[in-house]
Amino acid sequence: MSRTLRYREALREAMIEEMERDPNVFLMGEEVGHYQGAYKVTEGILEKFGEKRVIDTPIAEGGFAGLGIGAAMVGLRPIVEFMTWNFSAVAFDQILNNAAKVRQMSGGQYTCPIVFRGPNASARQVGSQHSHAMEHFYTHVPGLKVIAPAFAADAKGLMKTAIRDNNPVLVMESETLYNTKGEVPDDQGPIPFGVANVVRTGKDVTIVAYSRMTHVALEAAEKLAKLGVSAEVIDLRTLRPLDEDTIVASVKKTHRCVTVHEGWPYGGVGAEISDRVQRLAFDYLDAPILRVASLDVPMPYNAKLEQQCMPQPERVVDTVLRVVHRG
Amino acid sequence: MAHEGPPVDTDHLARLYRQMFLIRRCEEEAARAYAMGKIGGFLHLYIGQEAVGVGALAALESKDHVVTTYRDHGIALAKGMTARAMMAELFGKETGCSKGLGGSMHMFDAANGMHGGYGIIGGHIPLAAGIAFASKYKEDGGVTLCFFGDGAVPIAGFHEGIGLAALWKLPIVFICENNEYSMGTPLSRTLPTSEVANYARGYGIPSDRFVAEDVLEVERRIGEAVKLAREANIPTLVEVKTYRFRGHSMSDPGKYRTPEEVEARKQRDPLFRARTQLELHWDMARLDALEASVEEEVADAVKFADESPEPTAELLAPTTYDGPFAS
Repeated sequence: MSRTLRYREALREAMIEEMERDPNVFLMGEEVGHYQGAYKVTEGILEKFGEKRVIDTPIAEGGFAGLGIGAAMVGLRPIVEFMTWNFSAVAFDQILNNAAKVRQMSGGQYTCPIVFRGPNASARQVGSQHSHAMEHFYTHVPGLKVIAPAFAADAKGLMKTAIRDNNPVLVMESETLYNTKGEVPDDQGPIPFGVANVVRTGKDVTIVAYSRMTHVALEAAEKLAKLGVSAEVIDLRTLRPLDEDTIVASVKKTHRCVTVHEGWPYGGVGAEISDRVQRLAFDYLDAPILRVASLDVPMPYNAKLEQQCMPQPERVVDTVLRVVHRG
Repeated sequence: MAHEGPPVDTDHLARLYRQMFLIRRCEEEAARAYAMGKIGGFLHLYIGQEAVGVGALAALESKDHVVTTYRDHGIALAKGMTARAMMAELFGKETGCSKGLGGSMHMFDAANGMHGGYGIIGGHIPLAAGIAFASKYKEDGGVTLCFFGDGAVPIAGFHEGIGLAALWKLPIVFICENNEYSMGTPLSRTLPTSEVANYARGYGIPSDRFVAEDVLEVERRIGEAVKLAREANIPTLVEVKTYRFRGHSMSDPGKYRTPEEVEARKQRDPLFRARTQLELHWDMARLDALEASVEEEVADAVKFADESPEPTAELLAPTTYDGPFAS
């Protein structure tokens, strides 16, 4: 049996179930309690668990991120919400230098079971400082895990895994996905990290995406089908660990690969995938691997320019046509 | 020197003197080993400041916690780390407290509640607040001491960490070891006030300020703050005036201080003061035996560190992630 849930409800259910399961799990962030969550992901959780376990913080991301890390080092399991991942920039030192490194620099004496979560990448016309795709910064860091679900069921299952993981896990949600609906099995349990989903099968090209871009890729695949191109779409679900086996198996079949993500083209997740595919499937490739990313500029406010900067289905289609018409 | 005030527990004083002397001698031997190339990277010595760490930690119970900055060897020893584990860490050996992966700035001893030395100024202050948060959450009665230098006062971590601890009434004592220099820059050029303790007022918490010349006085004054933290969840900001006799690190010739200034401070060495106090109660033979036991312990630690094996690469993956490596 399954129910139709919004993406935000799936996340909320996962947190509630894990908080019921483990009294050491607590939730902390700006507006998560009395305000019911800036994006209503945490709606009702304060009423359920009380102020001891649902803690409104002042606007001090570096402070409460660091506080969560300290608490995690001595046995608690914090879920730290960033109102958006953009604001994690002022907590970057805590995530990079403390959460990711305390285990190694102590010779393995500590685990740091902490979840950092919040909406990531563009919303709608929120300007350059509020539109960052932060996963590219964080996937670079050993010691961290980074996940980016695209569908409600995955949001629930992966969030449960994140809370139970003994390492710092960064959950990249999306403001533009919170309202989307999906079928979630009644008994949706934890979903293992490092397992991608083939969400559409095809034979001519492999499109690799995650988070909201999975939906963009699926839309592009529809358009491509009308043009006679059969596209396979992989939804990564988790970025670190990265399921390179699924990507490579698909590319060995299609012989072409296009990656789609928000965020700038210099480096990043698409470049990482491109490196792995050329290393692991070089002899199978019939075309260069191309990347669809945000344009290489800070995000403009103007609605039309913003759309132009973000990866659109049309740009994915154009990019795919460039690789299928080659070789 | 005439003894004033309540009668001195000479066994206790001897224990503290022994710790201070052990730290002094370990640091001197570390400096020598550094000159011989056996210790690499940065080495920040605690020489001159021993009374702060030893006095403060004497006010704790074994279940309590401590977090400090990168000038951490003395604090680690005072919290119960063995000289062997400390010296072997400096030598980068597998038998070191952090298996040779942390080094001078990252001394960890989880079993003894020594939750680390940290290399980013101020970054550990929110983390320490998190450890105190966990004590309050678990209601285990633990108190956290958080040490930092006067150089940490201008940075955000100081303000956010103290702000959150004050707001949430956490059982923690913030100890500013004011050694008057932020690396090579005197306090008069880094802070708009001459008293670090003044900052407590803005956060609505009590403060204390004194000179660390008498280790028993340090213990008594920090003990008052610890009591407040343990019994009433009231954090205190304590400014302890101290002085380091060596440069900021081994590469610092200390040209920003006159030889006369340094010499004058050495005349008021808290280590000698403790010894002088002890001389009033102990005969020389007993003192000599105590010091000989320290010399033996230090020599053993150096030999142990020198002869210990290097860590191997097999350590790297399991200390980066708990469980499977995420790549």
